[in-house]
Amino acid sequence: MERPHIFKARALSKIYDMGEVQVAALRDVDFDLREGELLVLLGASGSGKSTLLNILGGLDSPTKGRVWYRDQQLDTADEEALTAYRRHHVGFVFQFYNLIPSLTARENVALVTEIADDPMTPAEALELVGLGDRLDHFPAQLSGGEQQRVAIARAVAKRPQVLLCDEPTGALDLETGRIVLRALERVNEELQTAIAVITHNAAIAGMGDRIVRMSSGRIASDESNQDRVHIDEIIW
Amino acid sequence: MRSLQKKLLRDLWHNRGQVVSIAAVVATAIMTVLSMRGTYESLLHSRDTFYQESAFPHVWAGLERAPESVKDRIAAIDGVSAVDTRVRFMANVQLDDVAEPSRGLFSSLDPNVPGLGKLVLRSGRLPELRERDRVVINEKFAETNQLGEGDAFHAIINGQQRALTIVGVAISPEYMYPLAPGSIFPDHQTFGLVWMGREALASESDMEGAFNEVAIQVQGGGHQTAVIEELDRILKPYGGLGAYGRDEQISHQFLEGELVQNRNTGTLIPAVFLAVVAFLLNIVLRRLVDTQRQEIAVLKAFGYTNLDVGWFYLKFALSAVLIGTAAGVFFGIWFGQIMVEMYKEFFVFPDLRYLFGWHLVGLAVFISVAAAAIGALGGVRSATKLPPAEAMRPKAPAHFRPGIFERMGFEKWLSSTARMVLRNIERQPIKSTLSALGVAFSVAILVLGMFMFDAIDYMMDLQFNQVQREDISVVFERPLPESVQQELEYLDAVSKAEIFRAVPVRFVNGHLETEAGITGRRLDDDLQRIIDADGQHIRLPSHGIVVSRYLADQLGLDSPGPLTVEILEGNRPENTAEIVDIVDDFLGASAYMELDALHRLAGGTRSVNGANLKLLPGTRDDVMTHLAGMPSISGVSSPRKMYEIFSQQMDEGLLLGVFFLVFFSSIIALAVIYNGARIALSERGRELASLRVLGFSKQEVAVLLFSEQGLVTLIAIPIGWLLGYWMSWAMVSAFVTESYRIPFIVDAGTFAFSAAATVIAGIVSSFIVRRRLNRYDLISVLKTRD
Repeated sequence: MERPHIFKARALSKIYDMGEVQVAALRDVDFDLREGELLVLLGASGSGKSTLLNILGGLDSPTKGRVWYRDQQLDTADEEALTAYRRHHVGFVFQFYNLIPSLTARENVALVTEIADDPMTPAEALELVGLGDRLDHFPAQLSGGEQQRVAIARAVAKRPQVLLCDEPTGALDLETGRIVLRALERVNEELQTAIAVITHNAAIAGMGDRIVRMSSGRIASDESNQDRVHIDEIIW
Repeated sequence: MRSLQKKLLRDLWHNRGQVVSIAAVVATAIMTVLSMRGTYESLLHSRDTFYQESAFPHVWAGLERAPESVKDRIAAIDGVSAVDTRVRFMANVQLDDVAEPSRGLFSSLDPNVPGLGKLVLRSGRLPELRERDRVVINEKFAETNQLGEGDAFHAIINGQQRALTIVGVAISPEYMYPLAPGSIFPDHQTFGLVWMGREALASESDMEGAFNEVAIQVQGGGHQTAVIEELDRILKPYGGLGAYGRDEQISHQFLEGELVQNRNTGTLIPAVFLAVVAFLLNIVLRRLVDTQRQEIAVLKAFGYTNLDVGWFYLKFALSAVLIGTAAGVFFGIWFGQIMVEMYKEFFVFPDLRYLFGWHLVGLAVFISVAAAAIGALGGVRSATKLPPAEAMRPKAPAHFRPGIFERMGFEKWLSSTARMVLRNIERQPIKSTLSALGVAFSVAILVLGMFMFDAIDYMMDLQFNQVQREDISVVFERPLPESVQQELEYLDAVSKAEIFRAVPVRFVNGHLETEAGITGRRLDDDLQRIIDADGQHIRLPSHGIVVSRYLADQLGLDSPGPLTVEILEGNRPENTAEIVDIVDDFLGASAYMELDALHRLAGGTRSVNGANLKLLPGTRDDVMTHLAGMPSISGVSSPRKMYEIFSQQMDEGLLLGVFFLVFFSSIIALAVIYNGARIALSERGRELASLRVLGFSKQEVAVLLFSEQGLVTLIAIPIGWLLGYWMSWAMVSAFVTESYRIPFIVDAGTFAFSAAATVIAGIVSSFIVRRRLNRYDLISVLKTRD
C-alpha cells in the first residue's frame, strides 16, 4: 500500500522579478513526498531545487500552482501560519550550519524544544547524532561536521514529520560528510522522518529511496532507487 | 566616476539611517558649541568692549560725605590711574501712569569731563553741569514706563517734590544688570537710574563741593588690595562704607555669574555631545568595515593598498560629518542669535550681537573627524591584517562562554534566548559599556538641565515662602525710633509690623576681612526668618552673630568663634563680637543679630532703618502707594510681587529650556540606541534569520534583538542618573558667587522624566529598526556565508 503524502505540489511556478528581466526558477513542477521517504533532489546550480525546497519549507511562496503539507495548503497561507508551520512540522538543515554562536550545542537545540509541542530532550537529540559527549560546547569549540550534526539535532528535536536539507555536506570533506549523512540516515530509520536532501553531488544520490533530478526549473526525472548504496561506499 | 566613488554613494544610501543619525549628533554637537559657547563668547566680547570703551572702574567706595579736595589724595594712591567722584542717593519717584511707588537711584555726572563708567546715550543729550531738573534715565526704565525725551516725572529730593524733565536716555556699564539695592531681580517698572549734572544735583541735595561715592581705575587692573586698603584709610574720617572691587559690584557680579554659568554649560554640554559623536563614529565605522571584510579582501586582491581602502571608509565618515556640520552651523547660528536676544531681556549691552566663531566649528569638526578617522582606520586595520585569501573565507564562529549569571548558578532560570542576550552583552564588554555610556550621557544631560530648574525652584520657594514672608518691606529715609512699629501697626491694612536695623560693618578675622551688613531683629519676629539649605528654621540667639556660610568662608571661619567688627556708621566703634552660628544658605553674604544686641554693638541711638509688614488680604497695592508718598519712607518693595514676576519669567524659560534639552538628549539616545540595534541587526542577521526558520515569529525575534538594547538602556539609566547628579554637583561647585549659590537639589521627578524620555527614544529607535527587520529576506541571509 502506498504511504500517505507529506507534500503534494501541483503546477508550481516561481518567477523572480529581477527588475528588467524575469527569471523562472520553477516551471510547472509536480512533486510528491511521502511519509518516511528519504529523497535526494539532484541538480546543478540554478536548476530550481533550492527554490522548491524553500517553498515546501514555508520560507518562500510560489508565483503559481498549489502546494499542500498533508491537508494544509501552503501557497495561500499567511506569514503567521507559515511561522507556526515551521515551528511545529518541519526541520531545516543548511549548508552553513547557522548555529547561534552564543549558545552551546545543548542550548541551540533547546531553542527549538522550548517552543515545540512534543519535543525530545536536547540530550536525546544530540545523542541521536552522536554528540552525547559534546553537549556543553559552544559552536566555536566544534568542528564543521560536529556543527552540522548539532544543526541536524536541532532540526529533529521537535520530532518533525519532515526534514529539509539544503546541501548539508556542501562545506564538508568526505569523511565528515559521511558522518553527517549517517546521522541523517539514522533519523530517517529510527524516527521514520521523511527527509529531502538537496545536493549537486551525484555521488550522494545513491543513499536515497528516491532520486529526483531537476534542470532549468523542471523535474527531469523521478525514479525510485531499489538498491540503496551504503554510506561508507559513497565517494566524492 | 570611479567605481569606488560609486560604491561610496551606494554605501551611504544603503546605510542612510546610520548616516543621518550620526549627522544629527554631529549637528547637535556643533549647534551646542556654536550656540552655548558662542553666546558666552559674544557676551564676554560685548561686555569687555563696553568696559573698555566706557572706562569701567576697578574699585568703588561709598561714604557719607567728603570735600572734593579729598579726591587729590585718592588720586595720589600708588597705582591709581583715574578717579571719579560722584553724588549719589536714592529717592522716591512718582510716575503718572504707575500706581506703585518707584525709586530712582540719582547720580551726578559732568558732561565736560571724561569720567569713569561713561554713559552711552541711546537718544537725546546729557544734561549740563548746572542744568537743574534736567535728567537722563536708563533705557530699561524708559522702555518699561514708556518714557522718552521731553517727558517729565516727579521725585522727592531732600524732602521736596521736584518735577524732572527727561533730556536723554542712556545705558551705563555699572548697571548692565539694573538691580535696585537689596533686590534679587530687576524690576524696571519701579526702579530707575537717574543722572543729573553734578552741580545741579549737588545743590539740590546739599552736597555742594562734596561727594559721597568715588570710583577708581587702577593701573593695569592690578594691586587692587593695596588700593582698597589705602582708600578705606583715607575715607574713614568721612564715613567710608568700605571700598570694594568689581567682584563685589552688583551688576558685574550678576553678569559674571551668568558668564561663568554660560562658560560651564557651554563647555560641558558640547563636550558630552562631541564625546558621543566620537563614540558613535568609531563604533559605526568599525562595524561597517567589519561587515565588508570580504569586499575589502577583494579590493586588496585587485591591488588596492591599505591606504586606498582606509581613505575610502574615512570618506564615508567625513560625508556624515560634513552633512552634520552644515546643519549644525545653520541651526547653531540661529539658536545662538535667539539666546543672545534672550540675554538682552535681562542685561543691557550697548551692542550685543551674536559672534560667529569659525574656531568653534573648527574644533567640533576636528574632534568629529579625528573620531571618525580612528574608528575607520581601526576597522580597516583589523580587516587588512588578514591576507586577502583568508579574509574571503567565512569568519569562524565567535567565541562565547557561559555568562556571569550562569556561573553564579542562575542558569536554570534563564531561557535560551535570555542566555543569548546576556552572553552577547558580556562578550563585548567594551562595546556594551560604551553603548551604555552613550545612553547614560543622554540621561545625564536631561538630569543636568532639569536640575537647574529644580534648584532655582527650590531656592525661590525657600526665599519667598520660608525666608521673606512679609507682604511688603519698607526702608526709612533716615533712622527712626523703635516706636515707629506702633505707628505702622496703627495703619488699617497692616496686621503685623516687624522693625529691623541694618548696619554696615567690616568683619575682620586675622588678615581676612570683608564688608557686609548685619540685620538686627527681635527674637520672636517671624515675618523674616533664617532658614538653612535644608529648609530648617534657625532661631536667632539672644547674643552673638549668625552668619551665612559664604561670609564665614570669606573670613576663613570653620566654626563659631570671636572676631573683630568695625561698624561703618556713626562713631564707627570697633568691637569684638562672637559668631555663634554659621548657616548654610544660598543667598550671599549675610549676618543677623538680635536687635538689642545689635544696638549695643553698633552704639548710637536705638533707631531702626526699616520694617516688614504683613497686610490684610487685597490691600497690597493701596498700602504701597500710600507708604511711597510718605517722606519718611525711601523705599517700598514687595517680595511676593518679585516672586510673581520671576515665576512668570521662569515658566517661559523653562518651557524653552526643557524643549531643547529633550530635543538634544533624544538625538543622542536615538542615535546610540538606533545604531546599537542596527549594528546588532547586521551582525546577527543570520542568527535572527535562523530563528525565523526554526519557527520563531517576527515578534519573538524582534524581542530578542531589542532585549539587548533594552537591557543596555536599563543599565544606562541609573548610570546616567549618577553621571547627571555628578555633573550637576560640578556645576554647583563651579557656580558660587557672592549673591547666590545654587542649592544642590535634584527632584525625583527629574530622575523619572530623564528615564522616561530616554526609554521613549529607545522605543522609537526600535520601531525604526523593526521596519528593517520585517523586510529581512530570510533565505538570502541564510544562503550566504558570514
